[in-house]
Amino acid sequence: MSAMQKLMGWIDDRLPLTATYKAHLSEYYAPKNFNFWYFFGSLALLVLVIQIVTGIFLTMNYKPDAELAFLSVEYIMRDVEWGWLIRYIHSTGASMFFVVVYLHMFRGLMYGSYRKPRELIWIFGVLIYLMLMAEAFLGYLLPWGQMSYWGAQVIVNLFAAVPIIGEDLSIWIRGDYVISDATLNRFFAFHVIALPLVLIALVVVHLVALHEVGSNNPDGVEIKKKKDPKTGIPLDGIPFHPYYTVKDIVGVVVFLMVFSAILFFAPEMGGYFLEAANFVPADPLKTPEHIAPLWYFTPFYAILRAVPPLFGSQFPGVVAMGLSIVLLFFLPWLDRSKVKSIRYRGPIYKAFLAAFIVSFIGLGYLGLLPSTPVATIFAQVFSVIYFLFFLLMPWYTSIDKTKPEPERVTG
Amino acid sequence: MKRVKNFLFLLLAMPALAMAAGGHSVPLDKAPVNLADQDSLQRGARMFVNYCLNCHSASAMRYSRLQDIGLTEDQIKDNLLFSAEKPGELMKIGMTKADGKAWFGATPPDLSVIARSRGADWLYTYLRGFYRDDTRATGWNNTVFDKVGMPHVMWSLQGEMVPVYKKEGEHETIARLELAKPGSVTLAEYDAMVGDLVNYLVWMGEPAQVQRKQLGVIVLLFLAGFFVIAYYLKKEFWKDVH
Repeated sequence: MSAMQKLMGWIDDRLPLTATYKAHLSEYYAPKNFNFWYFFGSLALLVLVIQIVTGIFLTMNYKPDAELAFLSVEYIMRDVEWGWLIRYIHSTGASMFFVVVYLHMFRGLMYGSYRKPRELIWIFGVLIYLMLMAEAFLGYLLPWGQMSYWGAQVIVNLFAAVPIIGEDLSIWIRGDYVISDATLNRFFAFHVIALPLVLIALVVVHLVALHEVGSNNPDGVEIKKKKDPKTGIPLDGIPFHPYYTVKDIVGVVVFLMVFSAILFFAPEMGGYFLEAANFVPADPLKTPEHIAPLWYFTPFYAILRAVPPLFGSQFPGVVAMGLSIVLLFFLPWLDRSKVKSIRYRGPIYKAFLAAFIVSFIGLGYLGLLPSTPVATIFAQVFSVIYFLFFLLMPWYTSIDKTKPEPERVTG
Repeated sequence: MKRVKNFLFLLLAMPALAMAAGGHSVPLDKAPVNLADQDSLQRGARMFVNYCLNCHSASAMRYSRLQDIGLTEDQIKDNLLFSAEKPGELMKIGMTKADGKAWFGATPPDLSVIARSRGADWLYTYLRGFYRDDTRATGWNNTVFDKVGMPHVMWSLQGEMVPVYKKEGEHETIARLELAKPGSVTLAEYDAMVGDLVNYLVWMGEPAQVQRKQLGVIVLLFLAGFFVIAYYLKKEFWKDVH
């Protein structure tokens, strides 16, 4: 026995290192037919690591103080060695996180990855998405620009729309009657410690649950049903390492090229990743003409604005916005189709999914614009389609004419 | 099918509809921004220190950073340090925020990142858009920033402009500005000077941007090379997967 083997043996007697490595990498069998859409899970993990590492370095120079915050970001951009690079990686990473997560979720919708036995994976995924939205919202206050300030003001005021306790609730969240230094400090604490911890824990649970039941695939068939009788290995499974590690490296490189193209040549991304109004320091006395959230929140913001107020209260809109996300949790039980993958679904589901995607993108676009009567009508139509996609799902998935699933994965 | 077509048409028309509802704004002139032109940046820096850096600060910007646009430390010390002792200092001003508010009606904004919030074209149009208006306390108004608190600081250069109105329905709008009293330079020369100043402001908004783009090219070339290796590595491993 070599010294290395001895060391590994010593460790394995005390910690399941080899067993873990096997269970999750070298002997974790993934379907061999993953396509383009299967890159985004590992990419999301990559962006999470990028955000945490750049975040640590930003924290070293950022000042969570209403008097100093805005200029401390400029200090990072100018005087800190490579500060501009770290800051831009973090700001680009925030938007790219949502790009990757939206594509990852769309993959789940297409191939029915939320269906039995993967309900918990999906639920933990939606929780990750919720945490991510909270994390992005909290982080956006920190540069203390006009959009940071008034965006936070608008969102916290949503809580004030809750009947009876709303006013007190919003004061409790802000720690003040307006967004102030107290708010900045608590948002900073949540952004750099509390939510990242929860986020990492949820990602671990998401992956543990995934590795327990195994990955879905573009055909939506269970590879564990057809195993090699001798070895017990799924016939359509290949070890995650090295096959998918080397494949994911290709995906990572392509992703980093897109990431770098934005980061180095258009870090503001035409005002979508960094808004022009956020280069004006926060001014509690001056409301900007047009307040729009960052692009990844705009679909929900559009739903919020699409719902007319009731007795002068925005509460119905807030409920609709909340419901639009809560519905995601029930997806595994709303879908009654005999098949998982879009490849074997009928035309009705495909039409509903297409209408849903158009509505979601349409809502996202409308959420960026100032509210006008025409835009509101569009937003209302899109909101109705958004909700019908979920609420009618038990009906249209059960009457849809599906094709038979194959026994084994194809291609 | 026709309904689908109508819907698609409406979808395509959505941005236009939304824009139409948004209200009009003054058309902006294109600013001649060229960060590779160091002479222009240096002229702009001189303009900035002489004309802007008395009421406006640039409190994220250090004088010493002007070395990035080709000035030496001695040149900075001898020509540009009016309100600071050492080149390492930030571009701050003596006027307090409260004084600014009392004198101009609003505190003159810090200009460190003004080009990033307003955009180069807006600044270029704004600085060339001052005209005589006796109803204003300062005697000046502006085409892109109505009732602006700032007087025309560079009037001795540009001269005095007066508006020429045109009728647009019920309203009268400004068609263009006309030179009423010439300044010390021609209008073309003034435009060029403002162009230099705006060029400088764009550079000052993010002094690292030149380095950023250079580094970007190297990073993308590296990744392109890495892609080839990663692609063939994947292909080699996947040969035995059927």
